[in-house]
Order: sequence, then C-alpha cells, then structure tokens
Amino acid sequence: MNQSRVRVPTYVKIFPRYWSPIEALQRVAIYMILSAGAIIVLMPFAWTLSTALKEPADIFTFPPQWIPDPIMWSNFPTALSAYPFGRWLRNTIFVVSISTLGILLSCSLVAYSFSRLRWPGRDVLFLVLLATMMLPGQVTLIPTFILFRYFGWVNTFLPLIVPPFFARNAFYVFLLRQFFMTIPLELDDAARIDGASYFDIYWRILLPMSKPALAIAAIMFSQFKWKEFMAPLIYLHDSEKFTIALGLRAFMGQYGPETDWNLMMAANIVFMIPLLIVFYFAQRYFIQGIVFTGIKG
Amino acid sequence: MREVIEVRVTAKRHAKSDTVWRRSSLQWKEAITGIVFASPWIIGFVLFIAGPMLASVVLSFMKWDLLTSPKWVGLSNYKKLIFDDPLVYQALKVTTIYAFTSVPLQVILGLLLATLLNQRIKLLSLYRSIYYLPSVIGGIAVAIMWRWILGTRFGLINGLLRLIGIQGPSWLGDPKWVLVSFVLMSLWGTGGTMLIYLGGLQSIPTELYEAAQVDGAGTWARFIKITVPMMTPVIFFNMIMAIIASLQEFVAPFIMTNGGPHNASLFLVLYLYRNGFQFFQMGYASALAWLIFAYIIVLTGLVLRSSSAWVYYEGSMRGR
Repeated sequence: MNQSRVRVPTYVKIFPRYWSPIEALQRVAIYMILSAGAIIVLMPFAWTLSTALKEPADIFTFPPQWIPDPIMWSNFPTALSAYPFGRWLRNTIFVVSISTLGILLSCSLVAYSFSRLRWPGRDVLFLVLLATMMLPGQVTLIPTFILFRYFGWVNTFLPLIVPPFFARNAFYVFLLRQFFMTIPLELDDAARIDGASYFDIYWRILLPMSKPALAIAAIMFSQFKWKEFMAPLIYLHDSEKFTIALGLRAFMGQYGPETDWNLMMAANIVFMIPLLIVFYFAQRYFIQGIVFTGIKG
Repeated sequence: MREVIEVRVTAKRHAKSDTVWRRSSLQWKEAITGIVFASPWIIGFVLFIAGPMLASVVLSFMKWDLLTSPKWVGLSNYKKLIFDDPLVYQALKVTTIYAFTSVPLQVILGLLLATLLNQRIKLLSLYRSIYYLPSVIGGIAVAIMWRWILGTRFGLINGLLRLIGIQGPSWLGDPKWVLVSFVLMSLWGTGGTMLIYLGGLQSIPTELYEAAQVDGAGTWARFIKITVPMMTPVIFFNMIMAIIASLQEFVAPFIMTNGGPHNASLFLVLYLYRNGFQFFQMGYASALAWLIFAYIIVLTGLVLRSSSAWVYYEGSMRGR
C-alpha cells in the first residue's frame, strides 16, 4: 500500500513547483528584501518597547541595549500615575464612542437617501459631497473654531462629537453608499408592498444587511478619532479635558522629556495598544476597506 | 339620463385626477423623505463646510484677534502674505522640498514593495500586516517614537551607525538634515499606500505576463513594460493622495521639531496654526489657509493635466 505513494522530496515541499536555479535565487532574494524591510519597519516599535522597560540609567547606553536588564514593568504604573491618564483615557473613550455612533447613524441614513431614494438635486449634491472629501481641512479650520467659540463650546467635547452627527466626514457616506448600491432594490419594493415605511427599510433591512460595511466604517473612524490630534489641540485647553493623544504631547512638554524617555515610551505604548488590538482582530476589515474605496484610513 | 352621464364623467375625471395625484404624492413622499434623510449632511455641509468657507473668504480681508472687534483691512493680509512675510516663503520652500522628494520616493518604494509581495509568496498576510503597521499607529505616537530614535547622542539610529564607525548627523537639530529625517520617516510609513498598489497588481491579467514570458521578456522588462503601464491609474491616484497629505503635514513637525531649527521644518500648516492659535491673527491665518488651498489645487491640477500623457486606462484610445 505504501509503495503506491510517491515520496515527496523536501525541496519540492519548499518550492511547490520546479524552480530553475535562477528562479530559486530570485525567490531567496525576494524573501531577503521583504524581511529586511519588515525588520526596518518593526525596529522602531521594538526599540520603543525596549526603552519603555528600562530603568533610567540604562536609557542612554552605548552600544544600544535591546533587552532591558532589569525589566522595569513598574514603568507603566509610574508613567500612568504621573499624569491623569485614567481621566484622559475615559475622555478619549467617551469621544470615540459617541462620535463613532454619530458617524454610523448619520452617514448610513444619508447614504441610504443618496443611493436608494429619488429626489430633485440628488445627483448634483452627491458630486458636492464627493468634492468635500478632497477639501483640505485648513480652509474651514479658523471659521469653524470661531463658530464653536461663539457657541461657547471651546474646552468642551462638543466640537469633537457634534460634527460626526452631521456626516461631517463625507468619506463614510461614500463608503456606505457604495455598499448599499450592491443590495438589490427589489428588497425595498417587496418591503414597500408589505407596507414598510422608508425608515423601516433603512432600519430593518439595509442596516442589518450592511453589518460588514458598518464594521469597516466603525473601525476606520474610531481609529482615526483615537489618533486625532489637531482638533483636540485647538479645542481642549484644560488638562482635565485632554484626550490621550493630546495628553501624550503634554507628557512630552514643549522641548521633550530630558531624561524620562522610558516613561514617555511606556505612555506611548499604552496609547498604541488599543490601535494594535483592534488592527489584529479586524485586519480583514482594514484590507477590505482599502480595497473597497482605494483610500487608506 | 343627462344627470347620470354627468355624474359618470365627473366620477371618471375624479378617478383620473385621483390616480395622478396619488402617483405624484408617492413621488412627493419619496422626495421629501430623501431630503429629510439627507438633511444631516445638508445641514452639516452648510454649517461646517460651505458657511465656514464663505466666512474664511470674508475673514481673509479682515484683521481680528478675537478680543477686539474685527476690522476690514482689504487686501492687506494678502499683501503681507506675498510681499512682507519671509516666513511664508520659508514655509512654502520647506513644504515644497518635502512634497517633491517624499511623494515620488513613496510612489516608487510602494510600487516596488507591492510587486515583491505579489509573487505568490508564503507569509503574504504577515508581511502585509507588518508593512501596514505604521499607518495603523500613525500621527502623534509615531512622531514621538521617531523623535526618540532620531536623537543625536542617544538615538537608536546614531547608536547603530556608531557601531559601524559612522558619526551620525544631528538629524532633527541640523537644518540640513531635518527634512531628510521627515522624508525618511514618511518612507517608513509607505506601507499604507502599498496595499492599494497590491490591490491594483492583483487585477492585472496574468495572460499579459505569460505572453511576454513566451516572447522572452525578463523580469525587469515585464515590470517596466507591463506592470508600470498597467498600474498608472493606481499610481496616479496614490500620487494625488500623497501630494494632498504631504502639503498638509502638521503633527510630525509640530511634535518633533516645532518648526526648528531656524524654521528649517516650518511646514505651511504649522505656520497657519501659529498664526491662528498662537498669535490669534484670524484674518491672516485665513489668508494663509487659502494659499495652502490654492497650492494644493495647483499641484494636483498639474498632475491631473499631465495624466493624459502617462496614465493608461484600458479601453480608452490614448492620443486619438
């Protein structure tokens, strides 16, 4: 019985089809280049982690010491208690979750209107919407600041969480519209015949069917909001109100920490961890989002 | 008899107008619902985009520090912008040098990396995730990280250079090196665009390569004669996005150098931020915003104009 089975040589397992020596060399070269690139990309992260776990005396050594000795896990609690990190974290989670909810609700409703309802002026307005995606934010920055200042919203979270409820980031309207276009219109008609209202169609049919697209939007937007820097910088002034991104800058101070780079890097890692965790579990959605719209988050 | 006929006619007419009215009422209902459902965006557009854009035009003709009442000054903000402010030229120079080096290098590196990743290799998803990592972190965390790594005496890069006997420069402290540092950093983060290239590469029909191989084309010839032309639409798209992003660079210079040394990394948006939110010159900052806007339009417009000469769209008759 065993004789009928052909023994597979090891080199065939590594190279699934026959490779000429030149091709094999090319493959090796490709792997080497890709790995070298990957190491270069990963090195700053590794160094950040290494620095975050060092004791102060070991930060400024030559040659560079990769494995900290001793490993100072206590840098993390020290860094976090040196500043109101818990407070910043809570602020950030509040801002991120409320504004993501706002973006999902407003953009999906608007996308429904632009993709499935007929009304005069729709197509022209959609072009306008697409144009706003390309508009550099600087043009509206100053007047928007003056407007929010007039509302008395400076030093509150409102400038960060209200615009998302008005579909301020048109990109997500575009993304959801593209997805809605792939859902057959017959579903709407059938629901209409059964007496469903337009809102029913949106709420009970489209949204449940669009969970993947909504997930992409939620992930991309919440990551963007977690990292957002300029708006918090302009609107939040009391350190009580900071988001964690703004807090990092406060940590760093105007001229950088003179000696506390280990604590700085520990704080930086705390900031990065949620981004990395979400990326790890939702990679599929990141890739899809990019392939889908051709735009990186 | 006559009465009956009359009743019939009116009944008929009524029925007819009734159906017409009902159909148009359906359309009305749909149109009104459509506008109501789109209204979050319409209101947001008026309040946060169109309104502020108009206000920004008006503001750019005014002098206003937010404390005293605004004063109409005509064209003097623009006059200052063009004739009396050497820092505007510095900011334009810095941003231009950065954009003109970082964008082409990002395009080339992104395309090369994507081509390598497109060779049906093992561990594709691992490499892809690693290269995408810098885009995931982005912004301030990356800026802080690089500020530490690029340190003159204790930074990792100069430490590694010293191991092989090279005295590294003062990356962020030397006006000659500071932009090089920012360009290097942008290349480190080029994996974000690489993913878009990879998507484009995977849609190139393999028959093209097979046919070329039969005709004896080598790897390099296939890359130059097939991959690059077929990828020009994606290159074009990525180039526009990279130009827009590079002209709006803010977080990295703000965190890493705050424009220094000697304004050698004074990017346009950083200068806008200073004028608006540190000197509270709302009028002048608005004029600067329009300068940035105009610059973005001009550069992307030039790329757009040139695109007919080098972007290949399948199915279009080029040059005819």
